[in-house]
Amino acid sequence: MKLKEIVEKMSLEVIGTATDLDREVTGGYASDLLSDVLANAREGDLWITLQIHSNVVAVASMKGLSGIVLINNREPEEDTVKKAESENVPILVSKMPAFELVGKLYALGIKGSQDNA
Amino acid sequence: MNNEKKITKVQELVYELKVRDAMRKDIIRSSPDILMSELGETLRSNRISGTPIVEHDKLVGIISIEDFIKWLAEGGKDCPIESRMTRSIKTLYDDEPLVHAIGKLDKLGFGRFPVIDRATGKLLGVITKGDIIESLLRELEIDYHEEEIHRYRASHIFEDIIADKTILRFEYFVKGKDFNRAGEVSSGIRKTLTRLGIHPQIVRRAAIASYEAEINVVSYTSGGEISVRVQSDKIQIHVTDSGPGIPDVAQALKPGYSTAPEWIRNLGFGAGMGLCNIKKCADKLDIESTVGKGTRLKICINMKAG
Repeated sequence: MKLKEIVEKMSLEVIGTATDLDREVTGGYASDLLSDVLANAREGDLWITLQIHSNVVAVASMKGLSGIVLINNREPEEDTVKKAESENVPILVSKMPAFELVGKLYALGIKGSQDNA
Repeated sequence: MNNEKKITKVQELVYELKVRDAMRKDIIRSSPDILMSELGETLRSNRISGTPIVEHDKLVGIISIEDFIKWLAEGGKDCPIESRMTRSIKTLYDDEPLVHAIGKLDKLGFGRFPVIDRATGKLLGVITKGDIIESLLRELEIDYHEEEIHRYRASHIFEDIIADKTILRFEYFVKGKDFNRAGEVSSGIRKTLTRLGIHPQIVRRAAIASYEAEINVVSYTSGGEISVRVQSDKIQIHVTDSGPGIPDVAQALKPGYSTAPEWIRNLGFGAGMGLCNIKKCADKLDIESTVGKGTRLKICINMKAG
């Protein structure tokens, strides 16, 4: 599913101006531990987290994630926004807490690494 | 790429791969005493066209959607599946080459074969044409992947330089306790390796390993250095700091072991996975550490598939 569709369906707020929403989201991963994301997220995953500091961008770009969704209406740090723009990593914000957000994304058809059957 | 070569590769694979490499292990089994009406539900809800019938781990029969349709056509009077199943079952052993499976599928015209253990006769799985095709595609993909890595090697640089041995070396300085800049060095390493034309998978492993190492230097020391040496066959990343040292390296390598203070954990670091992640990305990892003096990590990543 295209990131654009998810943004519309989940009414996510898009951070920054030059965000490329045309990319394909191939799965999802939810975690607040950066090492865990580095170890276990897959390329193309949409990452759900509450972390807002700039290292999330480094992690997302290193893993080739399709985007970062911040939960609970959290505002990314200024530096995070700057880095996201220069690294071309979409940052989106949801009003929902992680549980509801992940559940709704799952219902949209975004799957995790364990359900490829 | 010519077609003949591809066919040869597939032919090679069907001899190389065993039935167990392609079979489906998580299969739906039925017991002989369930009713035909229940079977219909099992087939429908699992979207399968047949199921092996097992009693005390032993395969006693097989029943397919065709048997089910036949039963419906004959009135559909409910009965245990035992009375409608096929008892003379053609099976395959898990250690047979795939080519046997293909031969049998072709010759007998069945859609699936139960796979059993040669010694115990226990049912291990089921194999279908689709499973065989899938496993062949998977193998071909791995093969292609290796070829791609080969092609991507930073060969142009190494071929352009005339020398008996060429080593590219670049160095970075990591500032301690500065989480705003943490990750910049490994980001630089990632970009540089990408520009050298190194395969994305190798670059990713090098980037993750150096990122975790960088975060450790930022978290626990007042600063350090990362040096990267690229040769035609490997990348060596050395991370040196003059921090507190690791008292027990074996313990530090345990997943989840962490000495990180609360504020670092709140940033999403300090989960006790850093060194494990490095180890996972590296083909070789050496840790030299002296308490009170510092730590040196030697990470080696080979430029081949894996």
